[in-house]
Amino acid sequence: MNMNQAKTITNITVILKRELGSYFGSPVAYVFIIVFLMLSGFFTFNISHFFEMGQADLRSFFQWHPWIYLFLVPAVSMRLWAEERRLGTMELLLTLPVTLPQVILGKFLAGWIFLGIALLLTFPLVITTLYLGNPDLGAIFCGYIGSFLMAGAYLSIGIMTSSMTRSQVISFILAVVICLFFILAGFSPVTRAFSGWAPLWLTDLVAQLSFLTHFASIERGVLDIRDILYFVSIIFFMLYTNATILENRKTS
Amino acid sequence: MIELRNITKYFGAKKAVDTISFAVEKGEILGFLGPNAAGKSTTMRIITGYIPPSRGTVVIGGNDILTDSLSARGKIGYLPENAPAYPDMTVYAFLDFCAQIRGFSGKDRKTKTEEIIDRCFLNSVKHQAISTLSKGYKQRVCFAQSIIHDPEYLILDEPTDGLDPNQKHEVRMMIRNMAAEKAIILSTHILDEMDAVCTRAIIIANGRIVVDETPENLRKKSPSHGAITLEIPKGNPKKLIACLKSIAGTKSVESLTTEDQSLRVRVFPEPGSDAIAEKILSELIKKRYRVKSIFVEQGHLDEVFRMLTTEASMEQDIDFKKKRLSKRLRNLPDLRSQRLKQPE
Ligand SMILES: Nc1ncnc2c1ncn2[C@@H]1O[C@H](COP(=O)(O)OP(=O)(O)OP(=O)(O)O)[C@@H](O)[C@H]1O
Ligand SMILES: [Mg+2]
Repeated sequence: MNMNQAKTITNITVILKRELGSYFGSPVAYVFIIVFLMLSGFFTFNISHFFEMGQADLRSFFQWHPWIYLFLVPAVSMRLWAEERRLGTMELLLTLPVTLPQVILGKFLAGWIFLGIALLLTFPLVITTLYLGNPDLGAIFCGYIGSFLMAGAYLSIGIMTSSMTRSQVISFILAVVICLFFILAGFSPVTRAFSGWAPLWLTDLVAQLSFLTHFASIERGVLDIRDILYFVSIIFFMLYTNATILENRKTS
Repeated sequence: MIELRNITKYFGAKKAVDTISFAVEKGEILGFLGPNAAGKSTTMRIITGYIPPSRGTVVIGGNDILTDSLSARGKIGYLPENAPAYPDMTVYAFLDFCAQIRGFSGKDRKTKTEEIIDRCFLNSVKHQAISTLSKGYKQRVCFAQSIIHDPEYLILDEPTDGLDPNQKHEVRMMIRNMAAEKAIILSTHILDEMDAVCTRAIIIANGRIVVDETPENLRKKSPSHGAITLEIPKGNPKKLIACLKSIAGTKSVESLTTEDQSLRVRVFPEPGSDAIAEKILSELIKKRYRVKSIFVEQGHLDEVFRMLTTEASMEQDIDFKKKRLSKRLRNLPDLRSQRLKQPE
């Protein structure tokens, strides 16, 4: 590893640690985790009737994630840039000897790790399935990985909208709207309405853009390389857009 | 060396900075002055690479801020306007973060952080969240951040803003003591501060440099520079003025105030006439006046500042009015044709 790579990695970790520290330094983080756990529990047990189904898998748990993330992930990401803009600390941060991609990656990874921690705290559910029957642990593992990837995609949209404005509220609303688009493009009532008049290839193309389409097999516990590629490319695209937005702010 | 080459910055159609060029060598402390909205902070943001210029570039010790930004930024310490800092962090955690980003690790990181906390008198608030600090302390924390890595080039936007007189003095001393091996640019609205700290002053107005001088030379531009102010016990002011005017080398005499017991007058010498104070004194003694006090004016910086910056803004005002007028003239034929059409 050469000097520059080492420097890049230290810079990213220093920024990541600062962001994580500021997540856990505020009560919002704990509220988020509690709300996430409560919502997951509520949907899994009360709406999907996890126990009555008598199935020892977590499909009824993962199936709600696209909808839970829709509101919770933008709440995690909204402050990442908007707050820096409002406080003026962005001027400090971007004149330090760090590159823009390093800062963006550091911030993104901090948010992602935070979401990962929240996701890991749903482990009692795995224990419950173990108690109920003989679950396919591989499928559950795949489900978690897939859900984590999807959370990353939501987060990348949120961090991108956060860089557009100094207001956290506007950042939140923009993120929800964009994420909703990514959900609805593959939501079956929408695709059905679409297929009534649009050619098949177009319906397919729009559906392929959706989180739901790519999460469908993941929630069953099947991790397809194409779905992984899809989420990873969404993340890359959004982070790249984030960098472009910040660079163009400077030329305004 | 910090070198600005023809820096111009537009915000939309508005020109905030207009072809500014200058160079600052190590050992210099450059005071950057100008009225509000003159473009000081904008220039500093361009120097530190926060916003790119519309035209021109800045070279920091051989590294171009646009093409070799990372190396250039590594050499700079920057205190932005209003001293931003992360409010949820403690003073120690914030400075520790800055030390790490500046490339210190292991034992260095700890000693650097401790050292800067000591130097900037922050020990008493070390573990306090920045959001709970007073304005002056916040300013000091951000100042500490800018010098933690002992940078070769230091850019300070109103460094003593919000500090108490003792701290102002302390920060000025620190800046002066660091100056030998650094090139420093600081902006300020306090002319005495510029006079006390800087080796050179640049005044800008409306984005343009109006003067680039040493503080002493700047003072010499003051209309009252070299004038002699006298205080004499109450007497006949007309007689006194006539007497002063008769002395060779005086250009004009102005009576300042007639207080109850004394008379104050100011004598403006002809340019180039020297030892005028001596002549006045001997003449007055010859005429049996009792001189209560006499001193030679050094000139007032605020006079110079006002003179230079209002001149510039008046010019701009005239420009603006000219433009508006020519625009109206251009629109005139339209108006006429509209009016002709109306009766139909
Ligand atoms: N981001 C921006 N967008 C539009 N205009 C801007 C922006 N930043 C600064 N300006 C304008 O540029 C001009 C110069 O502003 P600047 O902040 O550099 O002034 P200054 O000399 O630092 O003033 P002060 O003494 O009040 O700090 C002002 O007219 C300001 O309104
Ligand atoms: Mg300013």
